[in-house]
Amino acid sequence: MVTLLTQRLPTGFLILLALGFFAGCAKKKSNVERGNANHELYIGIGTEPSGLDPQLTTGLTEYSVMTALLEGLTTLDAETMQVRPGVAQYWEISEDGLTYTFHFAPDALWSNGDSVTAADFLFSFERILTPSLGAPYAYMLYPMRGAEAFNRGELTDFSQVGVRAVGDAKLIIELESPTPYFLSLLAHNTWWPVHPPSILKHGAMNDRISKWTKPGNYVGNGPFILKRWRLNSEIYAVKNPYYRDIENVHLNGLHFLPIEPQAEERSFRAGHLHVTSTVPIHRIDWYRANQPERMRFDTSLAVYYYMLNTSHGAFKDPRVRKALAYSINREEITAHVLKAGQQPAYHFTPPNAGGYNAEARLPHDPELARQLLAEAGFPEGKDFPTFELLYNTSESHRTIAVAIQQMWKTELGIDIELHNQEWKAYLSTRESGEFDILRAAWFGDYDDPNTFLSLGQTDNGNNHSQWSNAEYDQLILDAAIEQNPAARMALFQQAEAILLDEMPFIPIYFYVTSRLIDPAVQGWYPSILGNHPYQAISLED
Amino acid sequence: MLSLIARRLLQSIPTLWVVATATFLLLRLAPGGPFDDEKPIPPEIKAQIEAHYGLDLPLYQQYFQFFGNLLKGDLGPSYKYPGWDVQEIIIQAFPVSLELGCWALLISLALGIPIGTLAALKHNKPAETNLMAVAMIGICLPSFVIGPILLMTFSLKLGWFNPLGWSYAGDRVLPAITLGLLYAAYIARLARSGMLDVMRNDYIRTARAKGLKERTVVMRHALRTALYPVVAYMGPAAAGLISGSFVVETIFFIPGMGPFFVNAALNRDYTMVMGTVLFYATLIILFNLLVDIVQMWMNPRTRND
Repeated sequence: MVTLLTQRLPTGFLILLALGFFAGCAKKKSNVERGNANHELYIGIGTEPSGLDPQLTTGLTEYSVMTALLEGLTTLDAETMQVRPGVAQYWEISEDGLTYTFHFAPDALWSNGDSVTAADFLFSFERILTPSLGAPYAYMLYPMRGAEAFNRGELTDFSQVGVRAVGDAKLIIELESPTPYFLSLLAHNTWWPVHPPSILKHGAMNDRISKWTKPGNYVGNGPFILKRWRLNSEIYAVKNPYYRDIENVHLNGLHFLPIEPQAEERSFRAGHLHVTSTVPIHRIDWYRANQPERMRFDTSLAVYYYMLNTSHGAFKDPRVRKALAYSINREEITAHVLKAGQQPAYHFTPPNAGGYNAEARLPHDPELARQLLAEAGFPEGKDFPTFELLYNTSESHRTIAVAIQQMWKTELGIDIELHNQEWKAYLSTRESGEFDILRAAWFGDYDDPNTFLSLGQTDNGNNHSQWSNAEYDQLILDAAIEQNPAARMALFQQAEAILLDEMPFIPIYFYVTSRLIDPAVQGWYPSILGNHPYQAISLED
Repeated sequence: MLSLIARRLLQSIPTLWVVATATFLLLRLAPGGPFDDEKPIPPEIKAQIEAHYGLDLPLYQQYFQFFGNLLKGDLGPSYKYPGWDVQEIIIQAFPVSLELGCWALLISLALGIPIGTLAALKHNKPAETNLMAVAMIGICLPSFVIGPILLMTFSLKLGWFNPLGWSYAGDRVLPAITLGLLYAAYIARLARSGMLDVMRNDYIRTARAKGLKERTVVMRHALRTALYPVVAYMGPAAAGLISGSFVVETIFFIPGMGPFFVNAALNRDYTMVMGTVLFYATLIILFNLLVDIVQMWMNPRTRND
């Protein structure tokens, strides 16, 4: 038996191998060729989305898939980022900016043919705010009157929340305070509707673990319908025949492929992807030299920064914090480490966030930094206690940390230890406050400086720096109710100036998203929020 | 034979229990939880989520709850992918890894046994050094080097295969070779040392003295015993091969079990970790049992143990 196996196996196996070989050799069309012929887009999304329930997911990856499947009251224009009609055809805003009345488009339908009604939105808002659902991003709805109280369980009657339906096609939302960015906020997935009968068919309203997001069960109101979903393999969506604006949808289908960056780039090179989620750093120079037209860099609404624990020893002194910030050569980092056109950050809020550009600037001034450090009692870094810089394990965070470690050593004469932790351990340390300096990043949730500057508020859940400033807190609160846009921006300017003067956060650079895009793809515009509506995209051979 | 199988299966129950308990405790000891994220969620919301999954209960209650569900055959929902059950994910991903593992196993045997045998027969000749050098390279080069090299050459340069995916027959070739080469190298070494041992035995001398052809001596008399260590190695090797390789499946974007194993731990996806670990442990136990049976069949002396 064994002899038989050993004699026959290699031969039989070689034949099989050869067969597989020829199957591979037979010239097959690449995804891009096939996609261009059938008008189907193959897009890399980097990782598997953690879900497709708009009220439970928080990430950009999830958003980039769900934006094909669902649509909110408003949408954002692909090219200009201006607010455009969505389910709501038009709307009225009251004089005091507190009441919004939305009139629904008559042809707004769910993918099973049902009309999208105002009651559907009531159901959806109630669902995301129901405490027992545990929606991580429920706070995005807090501008709505009573939403926060209901979400915290202080209010149990949803009819007390400031939203009501008048008939099927009219929805009135009342706000806590005038929120100038409210219409663009509505384009965020937390404000999107879900189809109530589909939710209730697969569980209770507050069921987190539900099968309603599976293909076949998923009823959406977006330009595409979920057709197939296989974890770590592919999400496939096809054109939704019931979509209100179907004549402006050019693609017939979307293939979302969760491929990690290295494999993704190889896949793009072999013509299997139209769009990648990123470009691996070590390939940037090659594309810049050989195929610059395929590589796109978009500024993102995001900042990379170091958070200081202002309750720890020497960091209690703002002069020390400023010395650390002023001695970093950011140009060096963006030009030689990151290379993808990232902007050095001399203030905290990324440029052009909701039309806001910070006026306050921190200098790159090692001389001044040394002076500040000396004033704080550490001339030339003498007797400066050693401290730790914590980052989550990653090659690029390490490279940046090493560069900054070196800059602090040579410019200020102080030593730091680098310490990395795997992601979840890092989050746990951050939560406990057991760190000196922590790498951090913030991606704006909406196009407004508030999404960044509110991070410095004392009670903000993301402010782990222990920094607290009453004047700053008041400025952010004042800005929330200020109706005059110019005056509001002026309040943010003041807040930003305080933040830079106190320096609990050391901004390092503003993010850029890099992508590889096939020349056949038309209508892919730069977007700081990573918003690329698939309606705008078409494929040309 | 049947009683042996029954006995071994009974013995596996405490083993699995220990594995499950250790995993359960180690997971809770690891810092961070399944619902920690870049943008931390308000504590009251986090409490609601944890209540949803019973994570607010005292540890011993969670433990009993988990085992209660396990006895009912329910591994629970994945924490990372709401809407997906752990069973569902394993059922979807395992056949892919199984197929890839079988091809890789075939390649490793088809390459490893002949190379090892030939090397032993050419003992102390240059051919042996050359063959074993090849095997050493196979062991030393990790799959994250071989994989991309094969990919660059045969897919991107020559265009013979797709660079990734698992849709066509041809998609099996490169990943199976990448995964198989490492095991082939180990098998070659085991086969060689097994063969060297056997060839010194008296019964081989007898066979030669009878005037049998060398080929017959090797094939009919020596090989069966020489492969003994290879078969012993096959148990854990096969379990490892078919339960998915993180590296190979990530390089070639294959929707198998490998990435789930690793990512479940990184995501602190408690149910998913428990599910994959128990699944893997069961596979190892089954394959070791299978190996014992094969060995008994190959070597009559062990039959009455």
